[in-house]
Amino acid sequence: MSQSLKPYLTAVRHSLNSSLCLQDFSSQLVERHNYPEIENKRSPEILLNPLHISRNASERVLIEPSINSVRVSIKIKQSDEIEEILVDKFTRFLTKRAENFLILRRVPVEGYDISFLLTNYHQELMMKQKLVDFIIEFMEDVDKEISEMKLFLNARARFVAESYLNMFD
Amino acid sequence: MSITFNLSKNPIYDHCFTSDRTHVAITQGKDVLIYNLQNPSKPQLLTTLKHHDKPITAVDISIDGKIVTCSQDRNALVWTLQPNGEYKETLVLLRINRAATCAKWSPNGKKFAVGSSARVISVCYFEEENDWWISKHIKRPIKSTILSLDWHENNVLLASGSTDGHLRVFSTFIKGVDAKPNPSIWGERLPFQTLCLDVNLSSWIQDVKFSPDYQFVAGVGHDSSLFVVYPGSGELEVSKLDKIKTSNLPFTSVIFANNSKLICAGYDCHPIVFEGNASQGWKHTYSIDDPTKKKVNVVENQSARNMFRQMDLKGSTEQKSNTLLTIHQNTITQLKPFQYDNNGLIRFSSSGNDGKVVIFDV
Repeated sequence: MSQSLKPYLTAVRHSLNSSLCLQDFSSQLVERHNYPEIENKRSPEILLNPLHISRNASERVLIEPSINSVRVSIKIKQSDEIEEILVDKFTRFLTKRAENFLILRRVPVEGYDISFLLTNYHQELMMKQKLVDFIIEFMEDVDKEISEMKLFLNARARFVAESYLNMFD
Repeated sequence: MSITFNLSKNPIYDHCFTSDRTHVAITQGKDVLIYNLQNPSKPQLLTTLKHHDKPITAVDISIDGKIVTCSQDRNALVWTLQPNGEYKETLVLLRINRAATCAKWSPNGKKFAVGSSARVISVCYFEEENDWWISKHIKRPIKSTILSLDWHENNVLLASGSTDGHLRVFSTFIKGVDAKPNPSIWGERLPFQTLCLDVNLSSWIQDVKFSPDYQFVAGVGHDSSLFVVYPGSGELEVSKLDKIKTSNLPFTSVIFANNSKLICAGYDCHPIVFEGNASQGWKHTYSIDDPTKKKVNVVENQSARNMFRQMDLKGSTEQKSNTLLTIHQNTITQLKPFQYDNNGLIRFSSSGNDGKVVIFDV
């Protein structure tokens, strides 16, 4: 783990821990509805202040808490075009399977690569510290995964080019 | 010392013991379950109260054994025990069009109040002529959902906390139901809907309680603070407001042990005690079921087989305990007083999102 990753993840962990204090809350506006208030920002008094945590210009997390839901959006590091393509494919693979993922949001928040939506029902069913652990682990692993894929892609490209150019030897 | 009852796998939003402390009613999704706890090692399910079609948010039992439940389906029901041992429900005309969030019987069991997301408090009383429960609304100046209610011993004054950050005390005097209240620090003339106290605490007030001597109120906010509000002699005057900030996660419930001792619990999964008084202020003194005083018991299993199994299941060999060190494994949703002696409260009960009801010693 690099020097600056640890404090970044610690900051995210503590912010998640304190924003994941959710309760069942039925809508004040729509009769007999109970939806995540953060997705429908029409009652300002039950939303809390959103929180940005940035590691550098290209890596940041946005945590938007409300009374019964928290939206966590992650911007994954993309330093060149290959990484951009890789991240796009990777997140698309996950979001297509959002139904089986419970806390994953189908469409990420604008400006971010992947979003999680945690509601009070998730907090009641699952253990809070495990939910936080999962998100932190995801952030830790996704960087590793992307850079591994990039290395593999470069190696493969070199191999393909070599065997192609061998034909003109 | 504490007694734990594992009553369900689902969250318990509210619980209430009967006045003889032998039975407990818990909310369980759309139903209320009543357990007989006379044999603490073996809770026995007596009845299930089924009628609501949305999750039940609150349950309360009056001094004479009537049960009130309220739900997100906008209704409240009063359940009375029939001679054949079954409960019969009576619909309450709440006249609200949003979810009901909290319900409390008045100390004499003649009235109850229901808070709602419709930004009103319905004060309900029984009308003999028509044989149903009807309600009167307190509307002004509530701006948002009511989260908590508490009654004064004179059955007239009602404290409320809401998501607009205000802690308010109203009069709910209903002619023909209530005797005229004696003048107190809260006011002299108290017609219906009189506002006796209104303080803006600028965070959601999760719970509010009158002190045992009914001279002041305490509330807990979502900013992890405890508020103690002393009313003044003038109209709507606050003589002293104590705000005790803590480094804990927010509290969801507060109860008084006696006039100088408060117990709070919430997202930290264990109760915390505050002591103090008006002149010296309040401060945190100790915690009940304190996780910092317990040892982590990780089972040391260093066998190679176990290591490979961990790697296969989780992709790592790291050993982490899966449980919290506290008794409650998830948020504590409600604290209720359980048993008193001459000096005040000696035991209290708590219910949590982990489906447990626990009785703690103060």
